[in-house]
Amino acid sequence: MVYFDAASAEPLHPQAREALLGALDAGWADPARLYGSARRARMLLEQARAEVAEVLGARPDEIVFTTSGTQAVHLGVLGALAGRRRAGRRLVVGAVEHSAVLHAGEAHEREGGTVETVGVSRTGVVDVEAFAAAVAEPGTALACLQTANHEVGTLQPVAEVAAACREAGVPLLVDAAQTAGRMPIPEGWSVLAASARKWGGPAGVGVLAVRKGTRYRSPLPSDEREGGKVPGAQNVPAILAAAAALRASWAEREEYARLSELVDRIRRTVPRVVPDVEVIGEPVRRAAHIVTFSCLYVEGEALLTELDRAGFAVSSGSSCTASTLRPSHVLEAMGVLTHGNVRVSLPRGTTAADVEAFLAALPEIVRRIRREAGVNT
Amino acid sequence: MSRWQTAPQEEAQTPALTIDALGKKCPIPIIWLAERINEVPLNAIVAVLADDPAAYTDVPAWCRLKSHPHVGTYELPQGGWAIHVRRNY
Repeated sequence: MVYFDAASAEPLHPQAREALLGALDAGWADPARLYGSARRARMLLEQARAEVAEVLGARPDEIVFTTSGTQAVHLGVLGALAGRRRAGRRLVVGAVEHSAVLHAGEAHEREGGTVETVGVSRTGVVDVEAFAAAVAEPGTALACLQTANHEVGTLQPVAEVAAACREAGVPLLVDAAQTAGRMPIPEGWSVLAASARKWGGPAGVGVLAVRKGTRYRSPLPSDEREGGKVPGAQNVPAILAAAAALRASWAEREEYARLSELVDRIRRTVPRVVPDVEVIGEPVRRAAHIVTFSCLYVEGEALLTELDRAGFAVSSGSSCTASTLRPSHVLEAMGVLTHGNVRVSLPRGTTAADVEAFLAALPEIVRRIRREAGVNT
Repeated sequence: MSRWQTAPQEEAQTPALTIDALGKKCPIPIIWLAERINEVPLNAIVAVLADDPAAYTDVPAWCRLKSHPHVGTYELPQGGWAIHVRRNY
Protein backbone atom coordinates (compact mmCIF):
# COMPACT_ATOMS: atom_id res chain seq x y z
CA MET A 1 0.00 0.00 0.00
CA VAL A 2 1.33 3.42 -0.98
CA TYR A 3 0.21 5.88 1.71
CA PHE A 4 -0.60 9.35 0.37
CA ASP A 5 -2.65 10.81 3.24
CA ALA A 6 -0.04 12.62 5.33
CA ALA A 7 -2.34 15.63 5.68
CA SER A 8 -4.64 13.40 7.78
CA ALA A 9 -1.86 11.66 9.67
CA GLU A 10 1.86 11.54 9.01
CA PRO A 11 3.13 8.03 9.86
CA LEU A 12 4.76 7.89 13.29
CA HIS A 13 8.36 9.11 13.03
CA PRO A 14 10.89 6.42 14.11
CA GLN A 15 12.24 8.78 16.77
CA ALA A 16 8.71 9.31 18.09
CA ARG A 17 8.21 5.56 18.29
CA GLU A 18 11.46 5.20 20.21
CA ALA A 19 10.53 8.04 22.57
CA LEU A 20 7.05 6.60 23.08
CA LEU A 21 8.32 3.13 23.97
CA GLY A 22 10.91 4.56 26.36
CA ALA A 23 8.39 6.89 27.98
CA LEU A 24 5.87 4.11 28.59
CA ASP A 25 8.38 2.90 31.19
CA ALA A 26 9.92 6.17 32.32
CA GLY A 27 7.03 8.64 32.07
CA TRP A 28 3.86 6.84 33.08
CA ALA A 29 3.45 8.33 36.57
CA ASP A 30 1.24 11.33 37.34
CA PRO A 31 3.40 14.41 36.75
CA ALA A 32 1.45 16.37 39.37
CA ARG A 33 2.64 14.21 42.27
CA LEU A 34 5.73 14.53 44.44
CA TYR A 35 7.39 11.10 44.55
CA GLY A 36 10.35 10.12 42.40
CA SER A 37 8.59 8.55 39.41
CA ALA A 38 6.14 11.46 39.31
CA ARG A 39 8.94 14.02 39.43
CA ARG A 40 10.63 12.18 36.60
CA ALA A 41 7.42 12.26 34.52
CA ARG A 42 7.11 15.99 35.23
CA MET A 43 10.70 16.64 34.24
CA LEU A 44 10.19 14.77 30.96
CA LEU A 45 6.93 16.64 30.33
CA GLU A 46 8.56 20.04 30.91
CA GLN A 47 11.47 19.05 28.69
CA ALA A 48 9.00 18.16 25.93
CA ARG A 49 7.24 21.49 26.44
CA ALA A 50 10.52 23.39 26.08
CA GLU A 51 11.39 21.49 22.89
CA VAL A 52 7.98 22.13 21.32
CA ALA A 53 8.14 25.79 22.35
CA GLU A 54 11.53 26.20 20.71
CA VAL A 55 10.45 24.76 17.34
CA LEU A 56 7.18 26.70 17.32
CA GLY A 57 8.78 29.98 18.37
CA ALA A 58 6.98 30.29 21.71
CA ARG A 59 7.97 30.42 25.36
CA PRO A 60 7.57 27.14 27.26
CA ASP A 61 5.04 28.72 29.63
CA GLU A 62 2.91 29.75 26.64
CA ILE A 63 2.50 26.11 25.53
CA VAL A 64 -0.13 23.66 26.75
CA PHE A 65 -0.80 20.16 25.47
CA THR A 66 -4.32 19.17 24.43
CA THR A 67 -5.79 15.83 23.42
CA SER A 68 -5.89 16.66 19.69
CA GLY A 69 -5.38 19.46 17.20
CA THR A 70 -9.16 19.81 17.06
CA GLN A 71 -9.32 20.33 20.81
CA ALA A 72 -6.50 22.88 20.61
CA VAL A 73 -8.54 24.84 18.06
CA HIS A 74 -11.79 24.54 20.03
CA LEU A 75 -10.17 25.69 23.29
CA GLY A 76 -8.14 28.38 21.55
CA VAL A 77 -11.15 29.89 19.80
CA LEU A 78 -13.59 29.67 22.69
CA GLY A 79 -11.04 30.63 25.37
CA ALA A 80 -9.82 33.69 23.44
CA LEU A 81 -13.43 34.74 22.75
CA ALA A 82 -14.31 34.35 26.43
CA GLY A 83 -11.25 36.38 27.42
CA ARG A 84 -12.35 39.19 25.09
CA ARG A 85 -16.01 39.10 25.97
CA ARG A 86 -16.01 42.75 27.07
CA ALA A 87 -14.43 43.82 23.75
CA GLY A 88 -17.24 42.21 21.76
CA ARG A 89 -18.77 38.97 20.51
CA ARG A 90 -17.66 39.07 16.88
CA LEU A 91 -15.48 36.28 15.44
CA VAL A 92 -13.83 36.68 12.02
CA VAL A 93 -12.73 33.52 10.16
CA GLY A 94 -11.49 32.61 6.70
CA ALA A 95 -13.99 30.70 4.56
CA VAL A 96 -11.70 27.68 4.14
CA GLU A 97 -10.67 27.17 7.77
CA HIS A 98 -10.69 23.66 9.19
CA SER A 99 -14.09 22.45 10.38
CA ALA A 100 -12.73 22.61 13.96
CA VAL A 101 -12.66 26.42 13.63
CA LEU A 102 -16.09 26.53 12.00
CA HIS A 103 -17.59 24.23 14.65
CA ALA A 104 -16.16 26.41 17.43
CA GLY A 105 -17.74 29.37 15.62
CA GLU A 106 -21.10 27.57 15.59
CA ALA A 107 -20.81 26.98 19.33
CA HIS A 108 -20.06 30.70 19.72
CA GLU A 109 -23.17 31.58 17.69
CA ARG A 110 -25.32 29.32 19.85
CA GLU A 111 -24.15 31.42 22.81
CA GLY A 112 -25.27 34.61 21.09
CA GLY A 113 -22.02 35.56 19.34
CA THR A 114 -21.63 36.31 15.64
CA VAL A 115 -19.29 34.91 13.01
CA GLU A 116 -18.09 36.85 9.97
CA THR A 117 -16.64 34.70 7.17
CA VAL A 118 -14.07 36.20 4.79
CA GLY A 119 -14.07 34.81 1.25
CA VAL A 120 -11.21 33.29 -0.71
CA SER A 121 -9.92 33.40 -4.28
CA ARG A 122 -10.32 30.58 -6.79
CA THR A 123 -7.06 29.13 -5.44
CA GLY A 124 -8.21 29.37 -1.83
CA VAL A 125 -6.27 32.46 -0.68
CA VAL A 126 -8.17 34.56 1.81
CA ASP A 127 -8.94 38.14 0.69
CA VAL A 128 -6.53 40.25 2.79
CA GLU A 129 -8.35 43.55 2.24
CA ALA A 130 -11.70 42.05 3.18
CA PHE A 131 -10.10 40.37 6.20
CA ALA A 132 -8.54 43.66 7.33
CA ALA A 133 -11.87 45.45 6.93
CA ALA A 134 -13.66 42.69 8.87
CA VAL A 135 -11.31 42.81 11.88
CA ALA A 136 -11.48 46.62 11.95
CA GLU A 137 -15.24 46.45 12.64
CA PRO A 138 -16.09 47.39 16.22
CA GLY A 139 -16.85 44.53 18.56
CA THR A 140 -14.43 42.08 16.93
CA ALA A 141 -13.13 39.77 19.64
CA LEU A 142 -10.97 37.32 17.66
CA ALA A 143 -9.83 36.41 14.14
CA CYS A 144 -8.77 32.95 12.90
CA LEU A 145 -6.59 32.05 9.95
CA GLN A 146 -4.81 28.84 8.98
CA THR A 147 -1.19 28.77 7.80
CA ALA A 148 -2.04 26.39 4.97
CA ASN A 149 -5.29 24.87 3.82
CA HIS A 150 -5.76 21.24 4.80
CA GLU A 151 -7.60 20.23 1.62
CA VAL A 152 -5.76 22.06 -1.14
CA GLY A 153 -2.45 23.10 0.45
CA THR A 154 -2.76 26.83 -0.34
CA LEU A 155 -0.69 29.03 2.01
CA GLN A 156 -2.55 31.91 3.62
CA PRO A 157 -1.16 35.46 3.92
CA VAL A 158 -0.81 35.15 7.69
CA ALA A 159 1.78 37.93 8.09
CA GLU A 160 -0.39 40.48 6.26
CA VAL A 161 -3.51 39.47 8.15
CA ALA A 162 -1.58 39.52 11.45
CA ALA A 163 -0.48 43.10 10.71
CA ALA A 164 -4.10 44.11 10.10
CA CYS A 165 -5.17 42.40 13.33
CA ARG A 166 -2.40 44.13 15.28
CA GLU A 167 -3.49 47.49 13.90
CA ALA A 168 -7.09 46.77 14.89
CA GLY A 169 -6.05 45.48 18.32
CA VAL A 170 -7.68 42.09 17.62
CA PRO A 171 -5.95 38.84 18.65
CA LEU A 172 -5.28 36.35 15.83
CA LEU A 173 -5.56 32.58 16.24
CA VAL A 174 -3.31 30.82 13.74
CA ASP A 175 -4.14 27.21 12.94
CA ALA A 176 -0.74 25.79 11.99
CA ALA A 177 -1.84 22.15 11.77
CA GLN A 178 -0.62 21.60 8.20
CA THR A 179 2.73 23.38 8.45
CA ALA A 180 4.01 23.09 12.06
CA GLY A 181 7.33 21.24 12.03
CA ARG A 182 7.54 21.67 8.26
CA MET A 183 7.79 25.44 7.76
CA PRO A 184 8.60 28.34 10.11
CA ILE A 185 5.54 29.54 12.02
CA PRO A 186 4.57 33.00 10.69
CA GLU A 187 4.99 35.94 13.05
CA GLY A 188 2.12 37.75 14.64
CA TRP A 189 -0.07 35.08 16.25
CA SER A 190 -1.74 35.59 19.61
CA VAL A 191 -3.02 32.02 19.81
CA LEU A 192 -1.50 29.08 17.94
CA ALA A 193 -2.95 25.60 17.43
CA ALA A 194 -1.26 22.50 16.02
CA SER A 195 -1.62 18.73 15.88
CA ALA A 196 1.16 16.22 16.58
CA ARG A 197 -0.36 13.62 14.24
CA LYS A 198 0.35 15.91 11.28
CA TRP A 199 4.10 16.08 11.97
CA GLY A 200 4.75 12.40 12.71
CA GLY A 201 3.76 12.30 16.36
CA PRO A 202 1.08 10.01 17.78
CA ALA A 203 -2.66 10.72 17.60
CA GLY A 204 -4.12 12.26 20.73
CA VAL A 205 -1.72 15.17 21.18
CA GLY A 206 -2.42 18.76 20.17
CA VAL A 207 -0.62 21.97 21.04
CA LEU A 208 -2.22 25.22 22.09
CA ALA A 209 -0.01 28.27 22.57
CA VAL A 210 -1.34 31.50 24.03
CA ARG A 211 1.00 34.48 23.83
CA LYS A 212 1.79 36.32 27.05
CA GLY A 213 -0.57 39.25 27.35
CA THR A 214 -3.38 37.64 25.34
CA ARG A 215 -6.63 37.56 27.28
CA TYR A 216 -7.83 34.00 27.74
CA ARG A 217 -10.49 32.38 29.89
CA SER A 218 -10.92 28.63 29.85
CA PRO A 219 -14.26 27.58 28.34
CA LEU A 220 -13.98 24.34 30.34
CA PRO A 221 -14.03 23.70 34.07
CA SER A 222 -10.37 24.06 34.96
CA ASP A 223 -8.04 22.13 37.25
CA GLU A 224 -4.36 22.65 38.03
CA ARG A 225 -3.21 20.85 34.88
CA GLU A 226 -1.71 22.64 31.87
CA GLY A 227 -1.99 26.11 33.32
CA GLY A 228 -5.71 25.65 33.94
CA LYS A 229 -6.38 25.45 30.21
CA VAL A 230 -6.70 21.69 29.62
CA PRO A 231 -8.24 19.68 32.46
CA GLY A 232 -7.24 16.08 33.10
CA ALA A 233 -3.96 14.24 33.55
CA GLN A 234 -1.52 14.58 30.66
CA ASN A 235 -0.57 11.63 28.45
CA VAL A 236 3.12 12.12 29.11
CA PRO A 237 4.45 9.28 26.89
CA ALA A 238 2.45 10.51 23.87
CA ILE A 239 3.55 14.11 24.52
CA LEU A 240 7.20 13.03 24.66
CA ALA A 241 6.76 11.18 21.38
CA ALA A 242 5.09 14.25 19.86
CA ALA A 243 8.00 16.45 20.91
CA ALA A 244 10.54 13.96 19.53
CA ALA A 245 8.68 13.85 16.21
CA LEU A 246 8.48 17.64 16.01
CA ARG A 247 12.19 18.02 16.69
CA ALA A 248 13.02 15.35 14.09
CA SER A 249 10.64 16.77 11.49
CA TRP A 250 12.11 20.24 11.91
CA ALA A 251 15.72 19.01 11.87
CA GLU A 252 15.05 17.09 8.64
CA ARG A 253 12.95 19.78 6.96
CA GLU A 254 14.98 19.68 3.73
CA GLU A 255 12.88 16.56 3.11
CA TYR A 256 9.90 18.82 2.41
CA ALA A 257 11.72 20.52 -0.47
CA ARG A 258 12.10 17.07 -2.01
CA LEU A 259 8.41 16.25 -1.44
CA SER A 260 7.51 19.60 -3.00
CA GLU A 261 9.27 18.58 -6.23
CA LEU A 262 7.25 15.36 -6.28
CA VAL A 263 4.08 17.41 -5.77
CA ASP A 264 5.12 19.60 -8.72
CA ARG A 265 5.52 16.45 -10.78
CA ILE A 266 1.95 15.38 -9.89
CA ARG A 267 0.58 18.88 -10.55
CA ARG A 268 2.18 18.96 -14.01
CA THR A 269 1.46 15.38 -15.01
CA VAL A 270 -2.14 14.73 -13.93
CA PRO A 271 -3.71 17.19 -16.42
CA ARG A 272 -1.55 15.70 -19.19
CA VAL A 273 -2.52 12.09 -18.60
CA VAL A 274 -6.14 12.48 -17.46
CA PRO A 275 -8.59 14.45 -19.62
CA ASP A 276 -11.05 16.86 -17.99
CA VAL A 277 -9.19 17.29 -14.76
CA GLU A 278 -8.61 20.44 -12.73
CA VAL A 279 -5.64 20.73 -10.36
CA ILE A 280 -6.72 23.16 -7.67
CA GLY A 281 -5.07 25.37 -5.07
CA GLU A 282 -2.03 27.62 -5.28
CA PRO A 283 0.64 26.12 -7.57
CA VAL A 284 3.65 27.74 -5.84
CA ARG A 285 2.60 29.32 -2.54
CA ARG A 286 1.48 26.03 -1.03
CA ALA A 287 2.33 23.45 1.61
CA ALA A 288 5.10 21.22 0.30
CA HIS A 289 3.28 17.91 0.59
CA ILE A 290 -0.32 18.52 -0.58
CA VAL A 291 -1.84 18.43 -4.07
CA THR A 292 -5.53 18.22 -4.91
CA PHE A 293 -7.33 17.70 -8.18
CA SER A 294 -10.89 17.06 -9.33
CA CYS A 295 -11.92 14.77 -12.19
CA LEU A 296 -15.04 15.75 -14.11
CA TYR A 297 -17.85 13.18 -14.33
CA VAL A 298 -16.35 10.95 -11.63
CA GLU A 299 -17.84 10.11 -8.26
CA GLY A 300 -15.30 10.75 -5.51
CA GLU A 301 -16.17 7.61 -3.59
CA ALA A 302 -15.73 5.38 -6.65
CA LEU A 303 -12.36 7.00 -7.31
CA LEU A 304 -11.13 6.46 -3.74
CA THR A 305 -12.36 2.88 -3.70
CA GLU A 306 -10.63 2.07 -6.99
CA LEU A 307 -7.41 3.78 -5.92
CA ASP A 308 -7.51 1.83 -2.66
CA ARG A 309 -7.97 -1.39 -4.61
CA ALA A 310 -4.96 -0.44 -6.74
CA GLY A 311 -2.93 0.10 -3.57
CA PHE A 312 -3.09 3.89 -3.05
CA ALA A 313 -4.44 5.51 0.13
CA VAL A 314 -5.69 9.03 -0.62
CA SER A 315 -8.38 11.35 0.71
CA SER A 316 -11.18 13.39 -0.86
CA GLY A 317 -13.29 16.46 -0.19
CA SER A 318 -16.20 15.12 -2.24
CA SER A 319 -19.44 14.93 -0.30
CA CYS A 320 -20.22 11.27 -0.86
CA THR A 321 -16.88 10.27 0.65
CA ALA A 322 -17.43 12.15 3.88
CA SER A 323 -19.93 11.61 6.66
CA THR A 324 -21.95 14.55 5.39
CA LEU A 325 -24.10 15.07 2.32
CA ARG A 326 -22.71 18.54 1.83
CA PRO A 327 -19.68 18.99 -0.39
CA SER A 328 -16.47 20.26 1.15
CA HIS A 329 -16.93 23.84 2.35
CA VAL A 330 -13.38 24.49 1.15
CA LEU A 331 -14.04 23.50 -2.47
CA GLU A 332 -17.41 25.28 -2.36
CA ALA A 333 -15.85 28.53 -1.12
CA MET A 334 -13.22 28.34 -3.86
CA GLY A 335 -15.92 27.74 -6.47
CA VAL A 336 -14.16 24.69 -7.88
CA LEU A 337 -15.50 21.23 -8.72
CA THR A 338 -16.53 19.39 -5.60
CA HIS A 339 -17.04 15.99 -7.17
CA GLY A 340 -14.32 13.58 -8.30
CA ASN A 341 -11.95 15.18 -5.83
CA VAL A 342 -8.68 13.58 -4.75
CA ARG A 343 -6.23 14.92 -2.19
CA VAL A 344 -2.75 13.46 -2.39
CA SER A 345 -0.53 14.34 0.57
CA LEU A 346 2.93 12.85 0.59
CA PRO A 347 4.46 11.52 3.80
CA ARG A 348 8.18 11.76 4.48
CA GLY A 349 10.16 9.19 2.52
CA THR A 350 7.78 9.07 -0.44
CA THR A 351 9.83 7.91 -3.41
CA ALA A 352 9.70 9.10 -7.00
CA ALA A 353 8.75 5.50 -7.85
CA ASP A 354 5.67 5.72 -5.57
CA VAL A 355 4.58 8.86 -7.41
CA GLU A 356 5.23 7.37 -10.84
CA ALA A 357 3.21 4.28 -9.93
CA PHE A 358 0.30 6.51 -8.91
CA LEU A 359 0.54 8.57 -12.10
CA ALA A 360 0.63 5.35 -14.13
CA ALA A 361 -2.43 3.85 -12.41
CA LEU A 362 -4.66 6.94 -12.29
CA PRO A 363 -5.60 7.43 -15.98
CA GLU A 364 -7.01 3.92 -16.47
CA ILE A 365 -8.94 4.09 -13.18
CA VAL A 366 -10.57 7.39 -14.15
CA ARG A 367 -11.27 6.12 -17.68
CA ARG A 368 -12.94 2.97 -16.29
CA ILE A 369 -15.17 4.85 -13.84
CA ARG A 370 -16.22 7.28 -16.58
CA ARG A 371 -16.94 4.43 -18.99
CA GLU A 372 -19.08 2.68 -16.39
CA ALA A 373 -21.01 5.93 -15.84
CA GLY A 374 -21.60 6.15 -19.59
CA VAL A 375 -19.29 9.12 -20.15
CA ASN A 376 -17.20 9.25 -23.31
CA THR A 377 -14.06 11.36 -23.06
CA MET B 1 -26.26 30.80 -0.71
CA SER B 2 -26.26 33.67 -3.16
CA ARG B 3 -22.71 33.79 -4.43
CA TRP B 4 -23.95 33.92 -8.01
CA GLN B 5 -25.64 36.97 -9.47
CA THR B 6 -29.20 35.80 -9.75
CA ALA B 7 -31.68 37.81 -11.71
CA PRO B 8 -35.37 37.59 -10.84
CA GLN B 9 -37.09 34.60 -12.45
CA GLU B 10 -39.03 36.66 -14.99
CA GLU B 11 -35.85 38.14 -16.44
CA ALA B 12 -34.32 34.74 -17.13
CA GLN B 13 -34.11 33.83 -20.79
CA THR B 14 -36.36 30.89 -21.68
CA PRO B 15 -34.29 27.69 -21.85
CA ALA B 16 -34.20 25.76 -25.12
CA LEU B 17 -33.69 22.58 -23.10
CA THR B 18 -34.42 21.68 -19.49
CA ILE B 19 -32.58 18.79 -17.89
CA ASP B 20 -34.39 17.50 -14.81
CA ALA B 21 -31.72 16.16 -12.48
CA LEU B 22 -33.72 16.70 -9.29
CA GLY B 23 -32.97 13.96 -6.80
CA LYS B 24 -29.76 13.03 -8.64
CA LYS B 25 -26.37 13.25 -6.99
CA CYS B 26 -23.33 14.84 -8.57
CA PRO B 27 -21.73 14.08 -10.92
CA ILE B 28 -24.95 12.93 -12.68
CA PRO B 29 -26.34 16.46 -13.34
CA ILE B 30 -23.00 17.41 -14.93
CA ILE B 31 -22.79 14.21 -16.95
CA TRP B 32 -26.27 14.88 -18.37
CA LEU B 33 -25.44 18.51 -19.08
CA ALA B 34 -22.24 17.56 -20.94
CA GLU B 35 -24.12 14.89 -22.92
CA ARG B 36 -26.96 17.11 -24.04
CA ILE B 37 -25.69 20.70 -24.37
CA ASN B 38 -25.03 20.16 -28.07
CA GLU B 39 -28.73 19.48 -28.65
CA VAL B 40 -29.48 23.21 -28.45
CA PRO B 41 -28.43 25.87 -30.98
CA LEU B 42 -25.40 28.07 -30.29
CA ASN B 43 -26.14 30.78 -27.70
CA ALA B 44 -29.30 28.99 -26.54
CA ILE B 45 -29.85 28.25 -22.87
CA VAL B 46 -29.81 24.87 -21.14
CA ALA B 47 -31.43 24.77 -17.70
CA VAL B 48 -30.23 22.12 -15.27
CA LEU B 49 -32.69 21.45 -12.44
CA ALA B 50 -30.80 20.01 -9.47
CA ASP B 51 -31.10 19.80 -5.71
CA ASP B 52 -27.81 18.16 -4.79
CA PRO B 53 -25.91 20.96 -2.99
CA ALA B 54 -22.80 19.91 -4.92
CA ALA B 55 -24.50 20.87 -8.21
CA TYR B 56 -24.79 24.47 -7.03
CA THR B 57 -20.99 24.73 -7.14
CA ASP B 58 -20.22 22.09 -9.74
CA VAL B 59 -22.38 23.24 -12.67
CA PRO B 60 -20.80 26.74 -12.68
CA ALA B 61 -17.36 25.13 -12.20
CA TRP B 62 -18.06 22.90 -15.22
CA CYS B 63 -19.05 26.01 -17.20
CA ARG B 64 -15.73 27.66 -16.34
CA LEU B 65 -13.72 24.57 -17.27
CA LYS B 66 -15.65 24.05 -20.52
CA SER B 67 -15.94 27.77 -21.47
CA HIS B 68 -19.73 27.79 -21.60
CA PRO B 69 -21.07 30.88 -19.79
CA HIS B 70 -22.96 30.29 -16.56
CA VAL B 71 -25.92 32.66 -17.00
CA GLY B 72 -27.49 32.44 -13.58
CA THR B 73 -28.78 30.25 -10.79
CA TYR B 74 -32.43 30.56 -9.79
CA GLU B 75 -34.00 29.02 -6.72
CA LEU B 76 -36.88 26.65 -7.36
CA PRO B 77 -40.00 26.98 -5.21
CA GLN B 78 -39.89 23.25 -4.33
CA GLY B 79 -36.19 23.44 -3.36
CA GLY B 80 -33.10 23.14 -5.49
CA TRP B 81 -32.09 25.36 -8.36
CA ALA B 82 -32.47 25.97 -12.07
CA ILE B 83 -28.92 26.56 -13.25
CA HIS B 84 -28.79 28.24 -16.64
CA VAL B 85 -25.92 27.64 -19.04
CA ARG B 86 -25.41 29.23 -22.47
CA ARG B 87 -23.99 27.01 -25.20
CA ASN B 88 -20.87 28.78 -26.42
CA TYR B 89 -19.46 26.48 -29.13
